[in-house]
Amino acid sequence: MRLTQGAFSFLPDLSDDEIRAQVDYGLERGWAWAIETTDDPHPRNTYWEMWGTPMFGLKDGAAVLYELEACRKGHADQYIRLCAFDSTRGVESIRLAFIVNRPAEEPGFALQRQDGSGRSIRYGLKPYSADRPQGMRYRE
Amino acid sequence: MNDLASTPTADKPRGRYDAGVLKYKEMGYWLPDYEPKETDLICVFRITPQDGVDAEEAAAAVAGESSTATWTVVWTDLLTACDSYRAKAYRVDEVPNTGPAFDTPQQYFAYVAYDLILFEPGSIANLTASIIGNVFSFKPLRACRLEDMRIPAAYVTTFPGPPTGIVVERERLNNYGRALLGATMKPKLGLSGRNYGRVVYEALKGGLDFTKDDENINSQAFMHWRDRFLYCTEAVNRASATSGEVKGHYLNITAGTMEQMYERAEFAKELGAPIVMIDLVIGYTAIQSISKWCRDNDMILHMHRAGHGTYTRQKNHGVSFRVIAKWLRLAGVDHLHAGTAVGKLEGDPMTVQGYYNVCREAYTRQDLSRGLFFDQDWVDLRKVMPVASGGIHAGQMHQLLTLFGDDVVLQFGGGTIGHPGGIQAGAIANRVALETMTKARNEGRDIANEGPEILEQAAKWCTPLKQALETWKDVTFNYASTDTPDFVATPTASA
Repeated sequence: MRLTQGAFSFLPDLSDDEIRAQVDYGLERGWAWAIETTDDPHPRNTYWEMWGTPMFGLKDGAAVLYELEACRKGHADQYIRLCAFDSTRGVESIRLAFIVNRPAEEPGFALQRQDGSGRSIRYGLKPYSADRPQGMRYRE
Repeated sequence: MNDLASTPTADKPRGRYDAGVLKYKEMGYWLPDYEPKETDLICVFRITPQDGVDAEEAAAAVAGESSTATWTVVWTDLLTACDSYRAKAYRVDEVPNTGPAFDTPQQYFAYVAYDLILFEPGSIANLTASIIGNVFSFKPLRACRLEDMRIPAAYVTTFPGPPTGIVVERERLNNYGRALLGATMKPKLGLSGRNYGRVVYEALKGGLDFTKDDENINSQAFMHWRDRFLYCTEAVNRASATSGEVKGHYLNITAGTMEQMYERAEFAKELGAPIVMIDLVIGYTAIQSISKWCRDNDMILHMHRAGHGTYTRQKNHGVSFRVIAKWLRLAGVDHLHAGTAVGKLEGDPMTVQGYYNVCREAYTRQDLSRGLFFDQDWVDLRKVMPVASGGIHAGQMHQLLTLFGDDVVLQFGGGTIGHPGGIQAGAIANRVALETMTKARNEGRDIANEGPEILEQAAKWCTPLKQALETWKDVTFNYASTDTPDFVATPTASA
């Protein structure tokens, strides 16, 4: 399966030029870009690992691509996403996030069902990859 | 009282509190020199006086009947600080394109200020009982419409507002930077629980974020509400497992009594549902109650504005939807159907954008071309996610994005389920169209003009989108709008 979190997962993977265009769109609006990685793609896994801190005050989009390239070197077999943070009062949250790297194989999720009373079922999603320790997933 | 202007006692010198009938403007409800206070609530009404009733007297009558007045003088006013309790009509403007030279009788915009002491904190029921209570049936007016309302910050802060709001909803959904996608299940009546859940599963698996019960799906013979909840929950979780995304189905908990609504809400919570829905017809007190429940239980609250067209659509009488949207933001809903402009239901584009501004902005500026008469400070109240639903399809994506931006739920019901390649294909078409257009806009493309070409390009590698564009390419709903803004060219005071 293809993990379809993020704003552009139904499109073909973005090239670096296309990523740069999105980065510039965010920088023009004063948003700070952050790079995050994970090998646990559960939809409610909020806290992916931070590749450094969000790049507040950065003006040149090339620096984001430079950091992304460095991050990819050590995390080629993981999910990497770019997040644009907007510190405007009343927002103070992410305004745009999309996946820029994914493992070669994406095994997907098991849907676990636990029967409850009155035909109700307690559901759980478990990434097939999560059987292995963090950092070891998606490796041969 | 039928003939207000010719009341015989009105012109005779007499004491203000002598028994009998006085014109409203002589009772203190017309104060042209009045300057509204920061804490006043201000309304602008569009009024059509009966023949022979002058505009100022009609405006004063509106102020009187929506505050302290009755048809005759009462001495008991003197037991109160009555000057401050009286609403004050302070300004009347002629509405352009009405009057003897036009098909429409002369109308006026009447501005009325209300002291804040008149309203109970945190109660839409109390606010509306005053402002739209008796006055809309008042005989000296042929018709009356509440066009807009400036709610003072001091009153806004007495309301809890949306239980979740746009920002937190996005954080819960883990979804940033694009519009959300939804679909209303069709046919709206008659599907069994099992078949209904099938449609939910297909649409969500295809790529939508939300599916939705229709306004009149409650608990009928063909589908008991518990069956609906159970099958929809199975569908949502299955679709989540195939995509790795948070998804949801708006479970309609509208019912005959509050007790039944709470029972359905509790069951939705037990099943792990992220969102429930209600219909506007349940009434403001029920809305505020269920909003509190949602806030207490981390539930997103979707509002379907069922019934609003009976009083929002006609320009001369009723309540503008921009006012309803303000009340619902105060009362506390997270999603609100606010129009599509390009779809099958009523909505002039600029007017609809005005509703979206009311829902989403931290501070709404006066904008007469969008029907907004006043500046409105929302004092950090959470924001409502508007929903565009009704007769829209993938081929309009550039128009929808240009009109409404990202913080909106675009709901393609027929535009998903009616796809020739099946429901999943319909959902894929919508999602690819949305992501393609969002990406192109961010890249600096002029999507309003290049939109069709951008979609055609994507259709080359996405067959479902190609089929969608072919099926619906000529579908438009180009009818004249009923509710369009009328305004005097010079800006009115925002008070």
